[in-house]
Amino acid sequence: MNMPENLLYTKSHEWLQRLEDGRVRVGMTDFAQSQMGDLVFINLPEVGDAVTMGERFADVESVKAVEDVFSPVSGTVCAVNEALLDAPESVNSDPYGAWLAEMNEISQEEELLDAQAYAALVASEEA
Amino acid sequence: MELKTPLYDCHVALGGKIVPFAGYLLPVQYPSGVIAEHMAVRKQAGLFDVSHMGEVIFSGPDALKNLNYLMTNDFTNMAIGKVRYSPMCNETGGCVDDLIVYKLGEESYLVVVNAANRHKDVAWMKAHAFGDVKVEDISDTVAQLALQGPRSHEIMLKLGVEGSLPTKYYTFKREVVLAGMRCLVSQTGYTGEAGYEIYLSNEDAPRMWNALLQAGEGLGLIPCGLGARDTLRLEAAMPLYGHEMDDTIDPIETGLGFAVKMGKDFIGRDAIAAKGTPVRQRVGLRMTGRGIAREHQDIYCQGQLIGHTTSGTHCPYLGQAVAMALVDAASSQVGTAVEVDIRGRKVGAEIVPLPFYKRA
Repeated sequence: MNMPENLLYTKSHEWLQRLEDGRVRVGMTDFAQSQMGDLVFINLPEVGDAVTMGERFADVESVKAVEDVFSPVSGTVCAVNEALLDAPESVNSDPYGAWLAEMNEISQEEELLDAQAYAALVASEEA
Repeated sequence: MELKTPLYDCHVALGGKIVPFAGYLLPVQYPSGVIAEHMAVRKQAGLFDVSHMGEVIFSGPDALKNLNYLMTNDFTNMAIGKVRYSPMCNETGGCVDDLIVYKLGEESYLVVVNAANRHKDVAWMKAHAFGDVKVEDISDTVAQLALQGPRSHEIMLKLGVEGSLPTKYYTFKREVVLAGMRCLVSQTGYTGEAGYEIYLSNEDAPRMWNALLQAGEGLGLIPCGLGARDTLRLEAAMPLYGHEMDDTIDPIETGLGFAVKMGKDFIGRDAIAAKGTPVRQRVGLRMTGRGIAREHQDIYCQGQLIGHTTSGTHCPYLGQAVAMALVDAASSQVGTAVEVDIRGRKVGAEIVPLPFYKRA
């Protein structure tokens, strides 16, 4: 399972990348996409939406199931990856390239895991 | 505690993602994924373990009378070697199950039922049995494989057939020897595609599974799990017990009138007759807005609640989201614009003819 060292991770299997100007970029981890299987639909927030730490900001659907994607931060959505609307499968093929949204004006951030701690979490869930 | 089918080890060896289903541990998908498995069945071939299905033998001089009283369909003029579909109703006209009946002999029938309903069905059948008939649940000794898709016939020939294969849809042959193993083979399935269902002993099942996969190598055959089984049947608009039918939905509402013979006596007949024209109908929905309807979502027409979805997904072959639903008959016309409440978001949909997919 791929877990890049330069990213941070949530216990609910999102990844977070710190960008310039205090922005963060959020996506689903390789483990999350492999658990879901082939994605066929993604429901994204809109730019300007307020998001709350630990609450749903997007949902993804496979042919079988719907899963919520939770925001690791409280803040405001400043960009969404609209290319995913027509190509949700890119989350399966490139989970760390296929980001879902970027947030700024961050007021709160949950306790995040580094790659090593996240690998341990995934190992425990796979056991 | 879930049971394992005789093919459990084969699924694990192939990397199948195992889930509990109807009391059995079965693969929901293999590493190729639901979409690839679905497309393989539409374009080439797929192999399913359906050993969880229940098999019940009706035998004796009164076997036919019992079947005709238990089921809504009529088996009177059925020839040996034919297969017939039927709902089985309760006294209020709701469905106990839907099943298929194989006529093995003049006084002998094989009835194949849904795995989740097997014990309930057998108890129901035995409780209503009359006259000289024996009702025997042989599910635990029978394995079942489904080979589905346009290349199924080619794969069977490559596998090696002694005796003859059934040549028509909904017929079967007994005593067929495939790759040296004795089987009953029918031209049946639950995918909307041509194909075969193969019944054989538990002991032979793993050898047959591997022989089929080997015969299908180079012909596009891949193993398929429960996920693709569900998306395939939904795309072909085949009803599933627990979704489009249950003990409160009668078979006319589900759109199964072709298998309900009102000219004979059967359990539930009077209740169905008393209802007259059904007040609700199964319909197909195609999503016009962005979203995928799933089961148990409310449907609105001009602001009025008219029913709910019973199954829904994104169909891989059609490349669009569709659903089946039970709606008020008054709002069931093809072309009606509706909205589906998808987790609090109202998304546009249109009533479309069923099936969504029909093979050429």
